[in-house]
Amino acid sequence: MAEAAARSTAVLRGRHDFPEISGRIGAIVLDGRLPRHFWTAFFFCFLLVLVFLYSITYLISVGVGAYGIDIPVAWGTMISNFVWWIGIGHAGTLISAVLLLLRQPWRASINRFAEAMTLFAVAMAGLFPILHLGRPWFFYWLLPLPNTHMHWPQWRSPLVWDFAAISTYATVSLLFWYMGLLPDLAVLRDRAKSRAGQLFYGILALGWRGSAFHWARYQTVYFLMAALATPLVVSVHSIVALDFTFAITPGYHSTIFPPYFVAGALLSGFAMVLTIAIPLRWAFSVEDLITLKHMDNAGKLMIAAGMIVIYGYASEAFFAWYSGEPYERAMMWQRAFGPYAPLFWVMLACNCGALQLLWFRRVRLNMPLLFAIALVINIGMWLERYIIVVTGPSRDYLPSSWGEQSLTWLDFGILFGSVGTFFALVFLFIRILPAITIFEVEELAEEKAQAT
Amino acid sequence: MSAIADIRPIPTAGIAALREQLSSGHDMWRSLDEIARTAEFLRFVEAEFPALADRLPSRLDRRTMLKVMGASLSLAGLTACSKARSIVPYVRQPENVVPGKPRYYATTLSSDGFGIGAVVESHEGRPTKVEGNPDHPASRGATDAIMQAAVLTLFDPDRSRTPLKDGEPAAYGDFLGDMAALASRLAGSGGLGAAVLMEATTSPTAKVQVEALRAQYPRLKIFRHDPLATTAGAQASMALFGKALMPVYRFDRAETIFSLDADFLGEGPGRLAYARDFAARRRVRAPNDSMNRLYAVESTPTITGAAADHRLAMRPSEIEAVAAALDAVLGDQANSTPSIVDPAWMAALTQDLRAAGAKALVVPGSHQSAFVHACALAANAKLGSVGSTVEFIESPDEVRSDGDLAALCSAIADHSVDTVVVLGANPLHTAPSDLDVHNLFSELKLLLHFGLYRDETALHAHWHAPAAHELESWSDSRAYDGTASIVQPLIEPLFGGKTIHEILAALSGRFDADALALVRQTWKALDDTAWRKALRDGVVPDSASKPVPITMAPDLGGLQHHPVTANGFDIRFVADPWLRDGRYANASWLQELPRPLTKLVWGNAALMSPASAERLKLENGGIINIAQGTSNIDAPIWITPGHPDDTVTLSLGFGRKIGSVATLAHGYDAFRLRTSGANWVAAGATIVAREGKAEVITTQHHQAMEGRAIIRHTSLDGFRENPGFVREGVPRMPTESLYPDWNYDEEAWAMAIDLSACIGCMACVSACQSENNIATVGPDECARGHEMHWLRIDRYYSGPIDTPDLFFQPVPCMHCEKAPCEVVCPVNATVHTHDGLNAQVYNRCIGTRYCSQNCPYKVRRFNFLDHQSFDKDEAGPEQAVHNPNVTVRSRGVMEKCTYCVQRISARRIQAQIENRDIVDGEVVTACQQACPTRAITFGDQNKRAAKVVQEKSAPHNYALLEELNTRPRTTYLGKIRNSNPKLAQLGEKTDG
Repeated sequence: MAEAAARSTAVLRGRHDFPEISGRIGAIVLDGRLPRHFWTAFFFCFLLVLVFLYSITYLISVGVGAYGIDIPVAWGTMISNFVWWIGIGHAGTLISAVLLLLRQPWRASINRFAEAMTLFAVAMAGLFPILHLGRPWFFYWLLPLPNTHMHWPQWRSPLVWDFAAISTYATVSLLFWYMGLLPDLAVLRDRAKSRAGQLFYGILALGWRGSAFHWARYQTVYFLMAALATPLVVSVHSIVALDFTFAITPGYHSTIFPPYFVAGALLSGFAMVLTIAIPLRWAFSVEDLITLKHMDNAGKLMIAAGMIVIYGYASEAFFAWYSGEPYERAMMWQRAFGPYAPLFWVMLACNCGALQLLWFRRVRLNMPLLFAIALVINIGMWLERYIIVVTGPSRDYLPSSWGEQSLTWLDFGILFGSVGTFFALVFLFIRILPAITIFEVEELAEEKAQAT
Repeated sequence: MSAIADIRPIPTAGIAALREQLSSGHDMWRSLDEIARTAEFLRFVEAEFPALADRLPSRLDRRTMLKVMGASLSLAGLTACSKARSIVPYVRQPENVVPGKPRYYATTLSSDGFGIGAVVESHEGRPTKVEGNPDHPASRGATDAIMQAAVLTLFDPDRSRTPLKDGEPAAYGDFLGDMAALASRLAGSGGLGAAVLMEATTSPTAKVQVEALRAQYPRLKIFRHDPLATTAGAQASMALFGKALMPVYRFDRAETIFSLDADFLGEGPGRLAYARDFAARRRVRAPNDSMNRLYAVESTPTITGAAADHRLAMRPSEIEAVAAALDAVLGDQANSTPSIVDPAWMAALTQDLRAAGAKALVVPGSHQSAFVHACALAANAKLGSVGSTVEFIESPDEVRSDGDLAALCSAIADHSVDTVVVLGANPLHTAPSDLDVHNLFSELKLLLHFGLYRDETALHAHWHAPAAHELESWSDSRAYDGTASIVQPLIEPLFGGKTIHEILAALSGRFDADALALVRQTWKALDDTAWRKALRDGVVPDSASKPVPITMAPDLGGLQHHPVTANGFDIRFVADPWLRDGRYANASWLQELPRPLTKLVWGNAALMSPASAERLKLENGGIINIAQGTSNIDAPIWITPGHPDDTVTLSLGFGRKIGSVATLAHGYDAFRLRTSGANWVAAGATIVAREGKAEVITTQHHQAMEGRAIIRHTSLDGFRENPGFVREGVPRMPTESLYPDWNYDEEAWAMAIDLSACIGCMACVSACQSENNIATVGPDECARGHEMHWLRIDRYYSGPIDTPDLFFQPVPCMHCEKAPCEVVCPVNATVHTHDGLNAQVYNRCIGTRYCSQNCPYKVRRFNFLDHQSFDKDEAGPEQAVHNPNVTVRSRGVMEKCTYCVQRISARRIQAQIENRDIVDGEVVTACQQACPTRAITFGDQNKRAAKVVQEKSAPHNYALLEELNTRPRTTYLGKIRNSNPKLAQLGEKTDG
């Protein structure tokens, strides 16, 4: 019993030395002998990449009328996909930057792929505002570029802020991730046996030699970057929330949105971390590096973020009633009992119902169950975003204009295509770069060895 | 549908195979005969003439082969004619034509054979917009939706472009050749065996010509087929007055009006004038203003019933009983039949009618029985209103006919007619289902058809000749009150069509006749100055018919009430308000214009009451089978609050099988259920619910105001007690705003819409579509909520579902002072102008659609797909209808009402040239100009004396959703009904 308890609380299990760690992690990348099911899974993701490319081509050549939007609900799945993906990105930044600053040692073995996940999620998210546009080829008009049109972005519009927030977030995430990769790239360069591998990783490693001087510089920059990235965890999703809050549409116009969106982002982000980590540690037998402790902590963070989200739901409903605004009240009523009611109740079942299981330690340590809960919450969070986007405008001020969207194949083609593309990128990342931070796990092992 | 568009490249392999077979050394005739049957040949034909392929018999004889070759020769010639040719600009500028400056011509458009005056805008010889003619009594400056679409039907690419002989294209010369043969045959036989089938017309020239034909060929028969004709009024008039007279109503003099199933605001040639007069008596601005009062009993919901102060829904077969009861009460007789109307209602009505005396008016529905007409005539006589609110005139220039289509059919059946010339009508589609027109017409020796389209009759006829459009023709016609006006062409016939006058002349053997000369001949009493004035003004002065004094026969002229014992369902046939009998089915503007009450587009449905639908356990779109006599049709239902129970309303005009636009529409063909003698009302139909649902497309899915103060309404007494009723019980308008106020040094445009005057006729929406190049999107896109109208008319119900009150509210852009759309656009595509417009800059818009999300009025429309054709190689003649002063929007941009900014600019430029301010009333928006009831006022609210300022200073002026602090420039005057205090009160103020 005591041993089992220790197993689940340890950040690193067993005895490890440096060559063993760098060899094991490096081998995944350098030997390239990946299990068959890795490539099978990659193949299916690649099919979805093709679906994604086809759907985007169709969307741009035919027009945005090909997916579900209409008047009155002129925003649709492109916006909910966008918010969902941005939210997923948040866990990565939280793990790598916030937990770094808080000196949480357990982040070490999962921060790398969490950051990669952030990057890919932001890459997916970044596509959607452009795909959403009626004339996507003019997306750069949102930028304050000097131009011959003689006009500037309209600064009062949250979409302009949004554009800036996302591009900042994407840039910082990329730099932070690459910075953290440098020592490991050098390890791979040194361990690579082929000339091509040595050149490839050598160039990427930017001449890292692991001198004390390098390490000192590295620590300073990494912590500075972490300090820069931390406010972004809050600001990006707050600004995304302002896209809604700023509008006078019932169901959009709500001051609770920024914090509630951030909490929702963390919830969906950790759900996605688990969705990737659980199969990863099983497939590559790295249960001793990514331990049950990580899973347990991620589960705790989910329930913490999830309870804030539930508070958000409750306060939204409460203030709709308390404000006495007939339009807000009617919208809230229609959300729960109108045409979108099935989605609403499924969302509550996912995000409020299934989440409660995580209070139990046994559930958090039961990998199949935890994986299932993570998937359910991913679905629930997508539904939440879709409900926010569509229910407000579908039941706003003038009942004559009330109406619903009818989703087409394109809505689903793009959503599932983006999921497939995201996972295909994750697979490529695992194949090409070390998914677990070599040097930080070595640090952990060293600390552990010194402690005993 | 054009001859050129159909031609696809000939597959080279096919030609090679043909060539090979032809070179095999067979005897020429035999080999043609032989190859005709091969698959290669059929493929070749199909590629060359897809339209011909299915008409080719599988075994081709030499004669047919020659015919096909002949057709191919004539088609080849056509291709050459219609190929794009390079044109040279004016070498010498014609006088009075300034490029870019539109010219306006007065002409006359026809409506069920009667004329309505129009002024048509023409850009460099290209008619683009129809306006009403203020000098014409039937228009008085207003138009309706159908008139607006005249320019669209003019440029309809589906229009017939060439004569057809046995369905194959032929030369007009050949047609004239056969006409000459016919004329000489008629001359020989005195017209024996020949008949002309005409539509309703009031053209004096046509009347003269037909009379001349009769004189020339004494045995020629003239028949009349008009599927929307109503004969009961004339019957009643014959019985009561001894001659067929036509009533002309004077709503401007009426205090109390009782409509016996009459839709005088929506139907009939005088509807625009009637609506104007009716609404003029409902303008209430101050507590001591008075109003007329309208009682309506109706068998299907109409806009007249919606405008009524008290409305009862009755089965169509029960209207006679109401008429009889009215007759009895006004005649102080004890009513023998138990009244089916609430006695209190009837008492209030008769008391009001009696009190109004000569200012009372009883209007019978034109489709109702002669008895109802007789009762109404008698009631008007008893009330003393004949000569006051109703006058009688001789039916203007009606062509004397020998009978209707049924008479023609029996004449064909007994072989007394073997030659028929059909002028304009399409009997193969519009005939009553008990007449076997198709087979009877097949027996004819010669069937000639003359019409705008290659319709069912055209394809069945031996000869078809294309007609010229109204906007291409010289003609004349008379209005509902007898006023004559000239039809003058705006453009040369685009497709070589001829006018009816030229065809009638050809029938009499004159092949060189010119329509202008014929019309001028009719009006030879006018000297050249008077003629030019008549053309310029659009009316022939003092041509209105003089009222005829009448003496009335007692006892309703012997007309009897025939009580019907109700069994099964009553069917009430109505003409679709826009497509009429289907003649406008190819006009996409009309297909996509929501019907006033149901808001249905691109299709019809069987309307029935909520109770009837509940009994059949059906929801909207559920399919029913309607059986009447020997025929039956399937139709989806549409639940219509306020519809009488056990009655189904079927609209004519849909279910067309021909026409590239018409065939897109959903819907059933109600003609298949219509029998002669039961043209408008049929009793005893059986209705069975069927499995399945059909898509019925509507543009408004939600019908109740949800307790919101959207349309604020009260009774006249309520208004007198509290003129500011629109402020009662609604949140106060905020006065503070974070954003600074705008300053307007020049104009500040604003609009006021009087909800008491709006009758929901949709003319404004159609006018807006025409003026602003608004795209139609088709049925599938409409079903997905992608329709594009900048102006919509919201229709709300309130009160009990069986007897609801109906409200209309036109909703254009509000042009808010604090516009929510302006602050959220990231690219400055929607901006505030110096004169207070909320402008949309199309070429800046990247389509984030945030503005629409943030618009509480949801008046913005988005180009979800490419709805306009920008490819000049693909563009058809319909492109010519575009207003050159309005940008044609491409895919991915937002658009919305601009207050017709192009019209404002045109007037401003003019004012600046003349160095003066823009005068109040100078700028007229398209919706305002079309409105028959003058419900819309537009102007500069910076001018204290402006009409719009006066309107907005009325005590019941309010802004929609004013509590949002958007500060709309478009405001509404609350709806006031003149309900009788003795009858159940309407809900006060806002509805619940």
